[in-house]
Amino acid sequence: MNTLVRISDDALARACGADALAAAFAQAGAMVERVSSWGMHWLEPLVEIEGQGFGPATVADVPAILQGSSVKAIGRIADHPFIAGQQRLTFARAGRTRPLSLEDYAATGGWLGLERARAIGPARVIADVIASGLRGRGGAGFPAGIKWQTVANAPGTRKYVVCNADEGDSGTFADRMLMEGDPFAIIEGMAIAAHAVGAQHGYIYVRSEYPDAIRKLEAAIALAAPVIAPFVMEVRAGAGAYVCGEETALLNSLEGKRGEVRAKPPLPALEGLFGCPTAINNVLTLTAVPHILAEGGAEEYARLGIDRSRGTKPIQLAGNIRHGGLYETAFGITLRELVYDIGGGTASGRPVKAVQVGGPLGAYIPPDQFDLPFDYEAYAAADALIGHGGIVVFDDTADMAGMARFALQFCAAESCGKCTPCRVGAVRGVELIDRIRSEATNGGRMRDAVEALPQMHNAPRDGRSRADQIALLTDLCDTMKYGSLCALGGFTPYPVMSALRHWPDDFGHAVEQPETADGL
Amino acid sequence: MSREERLGAIIARHARREGPMLPILHDVQAEFGCVDDAAERAIASALNLSRAEVHGVVSFYHDFRGKADPRPEVQICRAEACKARGVDALIAQTQEAAGSRVRLADVYCLGLCSVGPNARIGDTLHARLDAAALKHLIEAA
Repeated sequence: MNTLVRISDDALARACGADALAAAFAQAGAMVERVSSWGMHWLEPLVEIEGQGFGPATVADVPAILQGSSVKAIGRIADHPFIAGQQRLTFARAGRTRPLSLEDYAATGGWLGLERARAIGPARVIADVIASGLRGRGGAGFPAGIKWQTVANAPGTRKYVVCNADEGDSGTFADRMLMEGDPFAIIEGMAIAAHAVGAQHGYIYVRSEYPDAIRKLEAAIALAAPVIAPFVMEVRAGAGAYVCGEETALLNSLEGKRGEVRAKPPLPALEGLFGCPTAINNVLTLTAVPHILAEGGAEEYARLGIDRSRGTKPIQLAGNIRHGGLYETAFGITLRELVYDIGGGTASGRPVKAVQVGGPLGAYIPPDQFDLPFDYEAYAAADALIGHGGIVVFDDTADMAGMARFALQFCAAESCGKCTPCRVGAVRGVELIDRIRSEATNGGRMRDAVEALPQMHNAPRDGRSRADQIALLTDLCDTMKYGSLCALGGFTPYPVMSALRHWPDDFGHAVEQPETADGL
Repeated sequence: MSREERLGAIIARHARREGPMLPILHDVQAEFGCVDDAAERAIASALNLSRAEVHGVVSFYHDFRGKADPRPEVQICRAEACKARGVDALIAQTQEAAGSRVRLADVYCLGLCSVGPNARIGDTLHARLDAAALKHLIEAA
């Protein structure tokens, strides 16, 4: 009998050469099965034969792997410390099933949540989700059950469920892995949400940078249509705008408008897509739902985690890290464990300088704060964000003033333009950092012609010192934080101010610690 | 089929959907390589919108362009995770290799953040790039 070889068809594995590898195995007479990724990305493309793993494999390794004599052998995959140490609920199927096989999905507990949801009715579904303690995994952390209850109670017969799959944060890929590796779980989560809130239509809004995910989801929806009927859903592709990850901008984009954010209230739960009550949730939130709805799932979910952060959080280890990949575990784990014990330190072998948690709008955290537990409230207390659970590691060659400048530049480029603090503030912030870093005249800013007019007696008489410029940047960040309509402008101060606070030397010599109103 | 007929067929294909604008724009861009003035006018008329409303949407999104550019495009991720893996150092060498034949574009995250630096050509993704690999990709694009 031919050897059965399992290789991931996840976009990351394919980018690392999985397609050529699969073709080479087929050429050598093996039977190839394409599965989802285990999430051990440093080993991709990972080859599995009777439970044994080989990776990262290249075409040249094929004969040795088939003979069982390859130096790429890593032993039994399920027993690998990276896998064995996890608590996988959302990613329970990762590496184990064929993404588009209804048979595999049903055999691994698929549709049990939806069946039970239909049996117990909408009110008890919402009660279960509230009891589980599930909070929005997209970053804001709002209790999912409360949101559903609001939609369910909202007046109106036409309601929507929208899945926010606009995963634009650098350092995050959990949504993408689920869309490509376990698309039926998202579909089941959406069908349960629709049943709970009384919606007939659903949309998954996927960013256009994820073509593999779009194709997989479309195929999966076609296959699952009879199971989820009368609920119908479709995939909508974004068009390259980061701000559309913000839920109100996403709704505008779905409606075919510019992706500008909306002021809240009204909440999308009451006036969302096309003005109708809309439950909008992130991919990870919806994918956690089938497990919670299955028999006894809510209690099991609530048992995991710490304080008000319940259940598991898929954490994405990215950037300059030796063992990068997807690591799902209960809340409460520390950055030190994640970066050193699990991630193995930097890929470059140099010392860790900073870790950005929570995407491009998350704070940079220095190694002396690595004992912070992964928990929404603990991070908020430390002026940081958990966000979507992305962890990007930087070694000691990183220029933190450059990263602060990049955060503001990114905000300027991606601002939807609706509110002034974000639209103007980000541009001014880039200019300020350039002046702070410039070696010229006192931090690089002299009075200009207008400021020199006698009427402008409040204008500075001399060029601003570096300390003045930093105070101005701090003030600007305060304005952005409290004055912006959405998280893009409101959270950009996190990376900027954390870089300034922890690595003042990167911003030029003898920077004094700025006094901040709220300790940002 | 004339250009107008092809345009009309795309619009008709999506006209019955809720919020058909983005699906139409994606298909127009795929078919003609851009969303030009004539396309904006046709879409505005079909969806009962002003030309300015359509132009406002087209110009908002990075994916759409007003003029076709037949050159192959290589998108290179310049976001934080790829920066942490040294993508900025690769850019100088790659610009020279691209010359004016290949269009280099910045992209912010392809979702392969643990195996960067990464690039995308069409729907094909490439990971773990070093200077030589990226140069090779650009030359072969």
